[in-house]
Amino acid sequence: MTHFSFAQVLKGALTGQKHWTAQWPEREPKAAYDVVIVGAGGHGLAAAYYLATQHGITNVAVIDKGWLGGGNTGRNTTIIRSNYLYDESARMYDHALDLWDDLSQELNYNVMYSKRGVLMLAHNQHDIQSFQRHVHSNRLNGVDNAWLSAKEAKLFCPPLDLNPNARYPVVGAALQRRAGTARHDAVAWGYARGAVARGVDIIQNCPVTAIRRDASGRVTGVETGKGFIAAKKVAVSAAGHTSVVMETAGVRLPLESYPLQALVSEPVKPCFPCVVMSNAVHAYVSQSDKGELVIGAGTDAYVSYSQRGGVHIIEHTLAAICEIFPMFRRMRMLRSWGGVVDLTPDRSPISGKTPVPGLYVNCGWGTGGFKATPGSGHVFAHTIARDEPHPINAPFTLERFTTGRLIDEAAAAAVAH
Amino acid sequence: MLLIHCPYCDEDRSELEFAYAGEAHIARPADPSALSDDEWRDFLFVRSNPRGVHFERWRHINGCARFFNAARETVSDRFLATYKTGEPRPDLASLTGEKP
Repeated sequence: MTHFSFAQVLKGALTGQKHWTAQWPEREPKAAYDVVIVGAGGHGLAAAYYLATQHGITNVAVIDKGWLGGGNTGRNTTIIRSNYLYDESARMYDHALDLWDDLSQELNYNVMYSKRGVLMLAHNQHDIQSFQRHVHSNRLNGVDNAWLSAKEAKLFCPPLDLNPNARYPVVGAALQRRAGTARHDAVAWGYARGAVARGVDIIQNCPVTAIRRDASGRVTGVETGKGFIAAKKVAVSAAGHTSVVMETAGVRLPLESYPLQALVSEPVKPCFPCVVMSNAVHAYVSQSDKGELVIGAGTDAYVSYSQRGGVHIIEHTLAAICEIFPMFRRMRMLRSWGGVVDLTPDRSPISGKTPVPGLYVNCGWGTGGFKATPGSGHVFAHTIARDEPHPINAPFTLERFTTGRLIDEAAAAAVAH
Repeated sequence: MLLIHCPYCDEDRSELEFAYAGEAHIARPADPSALSDDEWRDFLFVRSNPRGVHFERWRHINGCARFFNAARETVSDRFLATYKTGEPRPDLASLTGEKP
């Protein structure tokens, strides 16, 4: 792996940029691996990276049916925050935020983590009570979050419309200053590059069609588009398609897959300083470093694997954004797309062991998995390597749906999905 | 946006008139106190979530307001059939045109 540095950039500039090499070579799968990870998104690649760097397990393959980072990793709105309500979630997402802090240095790859702040708008008394409850809960857990008056919110984010006659008047806001955005592709690429440098194989365009088990029930490997690959351990991190893959191992999950849409506008000069979310009217927006407004819409109402959603969902979000930020009314939207997200009944992820020996699952991140990428990969790697949960993902087991110990984060999903 | 055929109104109407109501044919347990924790989990939380034909409930909320069932392909979102509540699920092979 070439170490990226200023000296190396300078050298490249003086030698006609001829020093660039492929960051991860095309690999044909070996016959057997210690660990096979299904799904080369951010979470799967991060797990492979931490298996290699922290647990010394490098005989690992990450297999994806499409291209690396081409699923929800490349389709989200790149927002990072950790202001979740419950203790378990606070630990999980704040652990991720701690890793985001020096991820670029760790990976020697610029993931463009920008702590520009996430502002959550309150429009009515109920929002005020709910957000203040979150702020207090977060502060008890040592998670950065602060309550702002409407005027303070306007100072932090000047494009806000404070007109009291506005259709959605802003009466206050919760601000997590440590939150922000990162370059989503770079996260996948950085983890992939780091993992491959340590011996991990990334096999793209190779669908996993089935998980195979022996007579004792233990996993023996996976059937793929390139034939059978034996594995001592199989870890599924396949987002919206997790229940399809897990079904082949005889494990049924409390998941439903829905299309979630996002869209970007034409690029404009910097005009929007932070991320703004409005839970009540379902709008969230930020401006990318390229200048496009990045806007997240809602999920469609029904189960679907279509990777596209209804136009009325986008229309609803844009209508709300035009009301809250009148200056965006004449902007044109450039592209919209959808991803398939896997939602659990309590809107919290599942990360850990399964009833099948040697089979692990990391799923159910639903509409908000990107922010957790480093933390999720880190604790999932621990679970795979030691065959036991990490203290941080221990509450996020599959068993919680049997015991009833749910982590009901529905209200903290920031927007109503 | 989907066009959905309401079997009661016998009309194709826009998705905006309808509310999705989850997977169909999940029977409430006849004797709830006899269920184990795992059976409760399956009833309450576990769903089939297929990549293929999905049997689901819809409600014509801004029309006749009645619940009905539908069979829909979850990759193309194409409706294969809608049928009234209480009717058995239609034969999958006849819907998809495949020979059994």
